[in-house]
Amino acid sequence: MVVASPLAAYLLVAALLFAIGLAGALTRRNAILVLIGIELMLNAANLNFIAFWRYGPHPEALTGMMFAIFSIAVAAAEAAVGLGLVIQIYRHTRTTDLDQMNRMKG
Amino acid sequence: MSFVFYLIAALTLAGGLAAVLLRNTVHCALALTVAFAGLALLFLGLDAQFAGFAQILIYIGAVAILVVFAILLTRSSETAQEGVFSKSWFAGLVIAAGVFAVLGWAVLAGARALPLVAAAPTVTVQDIGNALVGRYVLPLEIVALLLTAATIGAVIVALHEKERTR
Repeated sequence: MVVASPLAAYLLVAALLFAIGLAGALTRRNAILVLIGIELMLNAANLNFIAFWRYGPHPEALTGMMFAIFSIAVAAAEAAVGLGLVIQIYRHTRTTDLDQMNRMKG
Repeated sequence: MSFVFYLIAALTLAGGLAAVLLRNTVHCALALTVAFAGLALLFLGLDAQFAGFAQILIYIGAVAILVVFAILLTRSSETAQEGVFSKSWFAGLVIAAGVFAVLGWAVLAGARALPLVAAAPTVTVQDIGNALVGRYVLPLEIVALLLTAATIGAVIVALHEKERTR
């Protein structure tokens, strides 16, 4: 299948990457692997922002580019806090298996 | 589309698939790095040099290393005996396939309206810096506050807990 518009090709790649990340986040047992899936989904969204910025009507306004840059910064903060939480939960329960984390009480 | 695009896209998607499917967690983190590198190359192909190099610095330099640290600190590198996929893996797979079907249908249905060619934007890093301290100065300050709060929060959350009487 040939996609005529380069923007559509980038959007399809981003959609596939998002689906891969979602499948990883929903099917893996390990909490760190779930965070990896979430990172892949965030990156797919960034690819969409950059692709729309490049092929949009006003690239000099930098809107999509700025959104992608801020999104990268927020994703870095999210990864730091998320992995810190996983490490702390591991100290409590000696496991990173999400199927065994089934109670809120520490 | 050029051959280079298909090559980089295949590399990125293969890295993402491997990061999700491999059994060994350390191998997953390395495959994630490949996917991040492919995404940085895609950004460079889209004439977004600043975002591409920021992707390399932040994701490959910081996030991937952080993931490897977390894997080693929690001893997740030892493969679990009862399998690496959750009990409800089939439902997750169906949901992901459904989401991809909807997204792909939306893109293909609207593909006729998308532009075929666009002039390459002449945006320099200086323009990005001017925009960051001009029009986008408030979001920049908020992101600075968020990063400070996230750093302190991550340290406090992962700090070694003192023995408590229970």
